[in-house]
Amino acid sequence: MKKLFATFALTFGIMLTNSASAEQTVKIGFVGTFSGSGASFGEDMYDAFMLPIERNGGKLGGVPVQVIRKDSQFKPEVANQVTDELLDRENVSIIAGVTFSNEMMAIYQKVIGRGVYIIGSNASPSQLAGAQCSPLYFNTNAQNDQRAEAAGKYMMEKGYKRVYTMAPNYQAGKDYLAGFKRYYKLPLAGEVYTSLSQLDFQAELTQMTAAKPDAVYAFYPGGLGVQFIRQWRQAGLAGAIPLITGSTVDLLTLPALKEDAIGVVHFAPWGPDLDNPQNKRFVSEFDAKHKRLPSEYAASAYDSALLLDSAITRVKGNLGDKPAFTAALKAADFQSVKGKFKFNHNHMPIQDFYVFEVVKDGNKDRYTHKTVTVAMADAIDAYQADCPMK
Amino acid sequence: MTWSLFFVQALNGLQYGVLLFLLAAGLTLVFGIMNFVNLAHGSFYMLGAYLGAAVYSASGSFVLAGVAAVTGALVIGVAIERTTLIAFYARDHLYQVLATVGLILFFNEIARILWGSSAIYMRAPQAFTGAISLMGILYPSYRFLVIAVGLAVAVGLYVLIHHTRIGMLTRAGATNLRLVSVLGINIRLLNTALFGLGAALAGLAGLMAAPILAVQPGMGDNIIVTVLLVIVVGGIGSIRGAFFGALIVGLVDTIGRVYLPILLSHLTERDSADAAGSALASMLIYLFMAVVLAVRPQGLFPMPR
Amino acid sequence: MLLFPESISPRSPRFIAVAALLVVLAIVPPIAANAGGPFYVTLALRILVFALAAASLNLLLGYAGLVSFGHALYLGIGAYVVAILSFHGVTNGWLHLGVALALSAIIAFLTGLVCLRTSGIAFIMITLAFAQMFFFLATSLKYYGGDDGLAVARRSDFEPLFSIQSNTGLYYVTVVVLVATLYLSWRLVHSRLGRVLRGASSNVRRMEALGFPVLRYRLAAYVMAGCVCGFAGLLLGNLARFASPAYMAWTVSGDLIVMIILGGVATIVGPLIGAIVYVILETIIAAYTQHWMVVLGPIILLVALFAKRGIYGSFLAWERRIDFAR
Repeated sequence: MKKLFATFALTFGIMLTNSASAEQTVKIGFVGTFSGSGASFGEDMYDAFMLPIERNGGKLGGVPVQVIRKDSQFKPEVANQVTDELLDRENVSIIAGVTFSNEMMAIYQKVIGRGVYIIGSNASPSQLAGAQCSPLYFNTNAQNDQRAEAAGKYMMEKGYKRVYTMAPNYQAGKDYLAGFKRYYKLPLAGEVYTSLSQLDFQAELTQMTAAKPDAVYAFYPGGLGVQFIRQWRQAGLAGAIPLITGSTVDLLTLPALKEDAIGVVHFAPWGPDLDNPQNKRFVSEFDAKHKRLPSEYAASAYDSALLLDSAITRVKGNLGDKPAFTAALKAADFQSVKGKFKFNHNHMPIQDFYVFEVVKDGNKDRYTHKTVTVAMADAIDAYQADCPMK
Repeated sequence: MTWSLFFVQALNGLQYGVLLFLLAAGLTLVFGIMNFVNLAHGSFYMLGAYLGAAVYSASGSFVLAGVAAVTGALVIGVAIERTTLIAFYARDHLYQVLATVGLILFFNEIARILWGSSAIYMRAPQAFTGAISLMGILYPSYRFLVIAVGLAVAVGLYVLIHHTRIGMLTRAGATNLRLVSVLGINIRLLNTALFGLGAALAGLAGLMAAPILAVQPGMGDNIIVTVLLVIVVGGIGSIRGAFFGALIVGLVDTIGRVYLPILLSHLTERDSADAAGSALASMLIYLFMAVVLAVRPQGLFPMPR
Repeated sequence: MLLFPESISPRSPRFIAVAALLVVLAIVPPIAANAGGPFYVTLALRILVFALAAASLNLLLGYAGLVSFGHALYLGIGAYVVAILSFHGVTNGWLHLGVALALSAIIAFLTGLVCLRTSGIAFIMITLAFAQMFFFLATSLKYYGGDDGLAVARRSDFEPLFSIQSNTGLYYVTVVVLVATLYLSWRLVHSRLGRVLRGASSNVRRMEALGFPVLRYRLAAYVMAGCVCGFAGLLLGNLARFASPAYMAWTVSGDLIVMIILGGVATIVGPLIGAIVYVILETIIAAYTQHWMVVLGPIILLVALFAKRGIYGSFLAWERRIDFAR
C-alpha cells in the first residue's frame, strides 16, 4: 500500500526535527509494531526498554544513547523498509526490539550483513537460534518454540489424550506448534492454522468441538488473542474444554479480556510475581510510570536494555571492537528480572518456564498471573545444536 | 463429517453472508442507478463500527450504539455525496475510482487520529454473550442476532423496493434513468436518499461486525473487495442479486475454507493437503466469480434492462 | 524507419524537458553520495521501479482505456520469481528475468482472456478480483513464507555483463530499463497496435467494423503491459531483497493509478512525473505531520476532480498552445 512510502516520509520528518547528535552517541534503532492488532507489544517493549535508559539520564554503560523508534506495523515489508532507513540514513549500530517473527526474518540477513547488532527481545524464530545464528545476534526472550515446549511437556504429563492445536499461519505460529509437538508425543486430534489477518474463528471453533478433544492448545498473540478468547467464551466452551495457551492471555490481553480469561492456563518464562529484587523494582517502577503491569515481553525488553548497559560498560563504549563487544554481550553480566540468566552458545537464554493461572490483582480492577509451578527448569532450545558457534 | 457439523458451518456461512448483504445492498443500488463506483463504501462500515463502539462503551446500550452507528453513517454518507461525489457522476469510472480511493485514505487516517492506531475491541451486548446448543454443538447467540438483523433488513428492503413508491422509482431508475427524470422525478434527491440508505446499512454492518472482528483503521479495505465481488456475481443494481449473491459467497467461502483441506486430505497426504487446501479455499470465491462471469456475464440475478 | 515516430524539434519545450529529466536521472547517484548517502539512491530506485510499473499500466489505462485495478499483481510475480529462485540457489539473473517475463506473460494471457470479455465496471472489478486471488495464493504459500513474505537470499546475478549487487548498479540498470520502456511505449503508441487500441477505447464497434480483431490487439497489449510490470517486480524484489504478498494488494494498483493520473494519462512521460511527484509530495507532507494521509487523501480527490490532463499533460497542452509542436 501507500504504507510502502509512509516510512520514508517519517524518516524525512525525523531528519528535519532531530538536532545534531553528540559525539560518541550510540544509535539504537528500535523496530517494533506500534499500530494495528500488535501495537500493544511494541508499546510495552519500548516503554520497558526506555526505563533503564531514562533512569541513567539517557545513557547505557555510561555512554549517551539515541533510540530511534520505527513502526513496522506488523508487516514484514514495512519492517524491511524502516530497517533500510535505520541502516542507510541513521547509521545505527544496534537494532533492538523487533516485535514479531515475520518482521525479524524479513530484516535479519540485511542487518547482520551490514555488521549491525540485533539485540532482540521478542521475536525469536528457530532459524536464528540454529543454523543462522550469528555473533551479532542476541535474544533475551526465549526461543519461540519454548513456551510451547513447556506446555507440551506439561500436557503430556497431565495425561491428556486428544489434544487439538490452533495457531495463526506465520513463523511464530508454526514455531509454537512445532515446539508443542516436540514434547507432546501423542498424535494430535487436530492442528489448525488460521490466516494471520483472520479475526473470526467461529468456523474453526465449531470444527474443533466436533472433534471432541480433551484439551486445546492455542497460540494467538495480541489482538488475535482477545478475539480468540472472547469467541471461545461466547461459544460456551469456557469450563467445558481445558484451554492451555502461550502468549494468548498475557499481560497485554488481560486488560481487555478481564474475567473472560479466568480459567485459561498460561506458560511463560516470567511473571510479575517472580520473587527477586530486580523484578520487584521493575514491576513497581513500570506500574508507577505507565499505570499498568508490564508484560513478559516488556520484561525481556527491559532485560535487553540492562544487557546492553552491562556490555557497553565492559567495552567502555567502544562498539567498534566487535569480538570484544560480542564477548561482553555473551557474558550477560547483569541482574535479570527473571532471576538467573545465562546465554547458551547460540545466544539464546537458558531459563526456567512456569505455569501461570489468571487471577485478579488483589483488590485492583485488573488481572494478573499467579505462578503455579515450574514447568521446565533450565530449558534449552531445540535448535542450539544446529548453531556452529562455540 | 457429520450433518450437524455441516449445518452449524452453514450457519456460520449464513452469518457471514448476511453481513456481506448489508454492505452489498447499498453499494449495488448506487452502482445500478447512478453507474457510480464507490470504493469508499467500506469507510462507512468502518465509521459505523467506531461510532457504535464508542457509544456502546459510553452508554452500555447496544440499541443506542446501533442508532449512533446508523445515523452517523447516514449523515456522513449524505454529506460526502452532496459535497464531493456529486461532481463525479458524469465522469469516467477511472476518476470515480480514484476519488473514492482518496476518500478511503482520508477516512482511515481520520479514524487513526480520533481513535488511535490500535484496534478497539467491543463486547457483544449482555443478553447475547451466551451460547445456544444446536444439535449438540454450541453456537454463540450473538451470531444468531446478526443473522436475525440481516434477514430483517432483507425483508424490509424487499418491502421497500416492491411495495413503496420510492421502491418503484428505484426500480424504474435502474432500468431507465433518463426516462424517470423526464417524468419529473427529482433524480438527485432520489439518489442522495439511496446513497444515504446504503451508507446507513454499511454503518449497521460495521456495528454488527464489531463484537466479532476488531475495530481498526482500514477495516473496510479488505471486505470491500469481497462486497464488490458479491455485487458482480449477483448482478449490478439488483437487491435480490445482492442478497442471494451475498449468501452464496458467504456459504462458499466458509464451507470451502473448512472442508476443502479435509476433502483434499482424502486424496493426498496431510501436509500438502493442508497447504493446497488453504490455498484453494482462499481463492475459491474468486474462481467462483470467474466461472459465473464466464457463463453469465451479467450476474446471477441481473436487473432487467 | 524513423528513430522518432513523430517529429520533434530539439528546441521544443517537450524535448528540453525530457532531456533535462534524463540528465537529472543520470546524476542522482553521484549527488546522493555527496549529499547524504545511500538512502537517496534507495528512494530514487523505488520511485523509478514504480514509475516503470505505472508506465506499463498507462499503456492499458491511458491509451487503451482499460482500467485495470489489478496490475500490481505482476509486481508481485516478478518479486516472487526472484525470491523463490534465489531460495533454491538459482541466482542467474537472465534466468530470473526469463522466468519472470514468461510467468507474467502466461498469467496475463490467461487472465486477460477472461477479463477482456467484460467492460466498464465489470472489467475494473474482475481485474481487482484476480489480483486479490493471487494475493491470497501468495499468502497461502507456507513454504515460501506465506503472509510473512520471503527474503531474497542473493540478488539476481547478471555478471559478467553488469552487476546489480550494489544499489548504484541496480539504479543505473533501472534507469536504462525505464528509458527503454518509455521509448518503446512511444513507438508502440504510434504504431498500428497503438492506433487500434486508441480507436477502440473510444468506439469498439467502429474498430471491429473496420476489420480489426479488437480483442486480440487488447490481449497483446495486456500481455505486454503485464510483462513490463513483471520486470518492474523483478527490480523491486532485488531492491528490497524481499517479496511479499502485500506487493499485490489492490491498494498498490490504486497507487499506480494515482501516479498515472497525476503525471498525465495518455502521455509517455506522465507516469514517471507522477511517480516522482507522488512520492515527494508524501515525503514533504509527512515532514509536517504524522497523519499525512489526511492531507494526501483529499489531494488525490482533487487530482481526480481537476487534473484531467495531469502535470505533464498540462505541460503538453501549454506547448501546443504556444504552437511549438510542429
